[in-house]
Amino acid sequence: MTDPTPSPAPLTTADAPAAAPARAWLDASGAARVHPVARRAFEQALDDGWADPRRLSTEGRRARALLDAARESLAAAVGARTEEVHVGPSHTAALHAAVLGTAAGRRRVGTRAVASAVERAAVLHAGEHAGLDVVRVPVARTGAVDPDAFTAALDDVPTALAALQHANGEVGTLQPTDAVHAATTARGVPLLVDGGASIGHVDVGPAWDLLALDPRDWGSVPGAGLLVVRRGVRWRPVAPEDEDRWFPGGPSVPAAFAAAASLEAVLADRAEADRRRRALVDRVRARVAAEVPDVEVVGDPDARLPHVVTFSCLYVDGEALVTELDRAGFAVGSGSACTSSSLEPSHVLAAMGVLTHGNVRLGLDRDVTAEDVDRFLAVLPGAVARVRAMLGAQAL
Amino acid sequence: MTEDAAVVDARGLRCPLPVIRLAAAARDAAPGARLTVLATDPAAEHDVPAWARMRGHVVVGSGYDQAAGTWSLTVEVRDRPPAA
Repeated sequence: MTDPTPSPAPLTTADAPAAAPARAWLDASGAARVHPVARRAFEQALDDGWADPRRLSTEGRRARALLDAARESLAAAVGARTEEVHVGPSHTAALHAAVLGTAAGRRRVGTRAVASAVERAAVLHAGEHAGLDVVRVPVARTGAVDPDAFTAALDDVPTALAALQHANGEVGTLQPTDAVHAATTARGVPLLVDGGASIGHVDVGPAWDLLALDPRDWGSVPGAGLLVVRRGVRWRPVAPEDEDRWFPGGPSVPAAFAAAASLEAVLADRAEADRRRRALVDRVRARVAAEVPDVEVVGDPDARLPHVVTFSCLYVDGEALVTELDRAGFAVGSGSACTSSSLEPSHVLAAMGVLTHGNVRLGLDRDVTAEDVDRFLAVLPGAVARVRAMLGAQAL
Repeated sequence: MTEDAAVVDARGLRCPLPVIRLAAAARDAAPGARLTVLATDPAAEHDVPAWARMRGHVVVGSGYDQAAGTWSLTVEVRDRPPAA
């Protein structure tokens, strides 16, 4: 008897991969290269913590001990109690849980949420999914929200939840979370701070009631997202009964352990990583503005993340430019419509009033070299010119 | 749409082509002339004002025809800045 379906290729192979051209990973936001400490911790936890931490066997208890150690370490890193740290499967799931759980717990207070117009789509969409009227507070050209405008929106109608990212991962601009948290605290409204683009790169501080963190952004392995919830925040589970009330089914212990170990590692040399990458971003900002015609470098030049830089080129198709740069060996991100799964342009760039087309976003990994950045800057003007020529957009 | 504006019909064109067509028309227009671009790509709503700001032109009107799914944005052409 013959099987009509071809057997799939094996997922792993012992063959050495063919030599690839040198590539520079300049798209590290939310997808950093795996840090060596994360890899080692993950492997150790696979050896020692593979079992189900809910079981009472020796193996189960060993997994439980690793998970507890991970939560304790993560709590210390953000200034929280161990029991306030919850480990879910992804950053998106953590943001969804934060919004849905708080909306359910504060249903009687109100059905309005206040958020910056440049929050992650996961936050805005979760609010709408929860049936909240999500007020999007406008931002300045830099992408920063005005704390007074945010406060005014809180006073309008009873608010169930406020949400403000610590920094915008698309353009790097820091947000005034201290001032906004003072305002939400005075009104008894819980503030969800999306720290997904910040932790591991800049200090997030204590100005939050719920804090979401993305281990992928600081170089951990995929498979974990973190939500830290201060004691006293009112919420209600939105999923059926489970021992883990925030994230039913519980976390991947190895992913949680790798997240904790790698966060300790990146915090230990954050100052040096900041200094190096901040200087490289300054170089990108200056040279792109000087060497690419009709370009706008966006985001706050100073009050920003150390490793993110974004610019938009007039008369350029973002998808074509990303492809052109990829062919030249550079992985970059883009907020242009044609480069995302939706046909809508980036709501962040639109809210800032900057060009949504021809957008390029760099997220510099911790191990990026000055040579990578210089090679990128050398090929960029030619790549932009070629895309413009393809579109017949010359001498405009 | 403004009465005395020349129309650049970019309906059905994907970003950034509406802005490119508008820029080509603006290049050949006298300072003070008005141009109205029609576009169905939602990026045009954001990108035409951003282009105008970068090039020193002024958006004097905008609207959205829901039934047709068409944005119309009118810009007043100012003196062209020296090419970058």
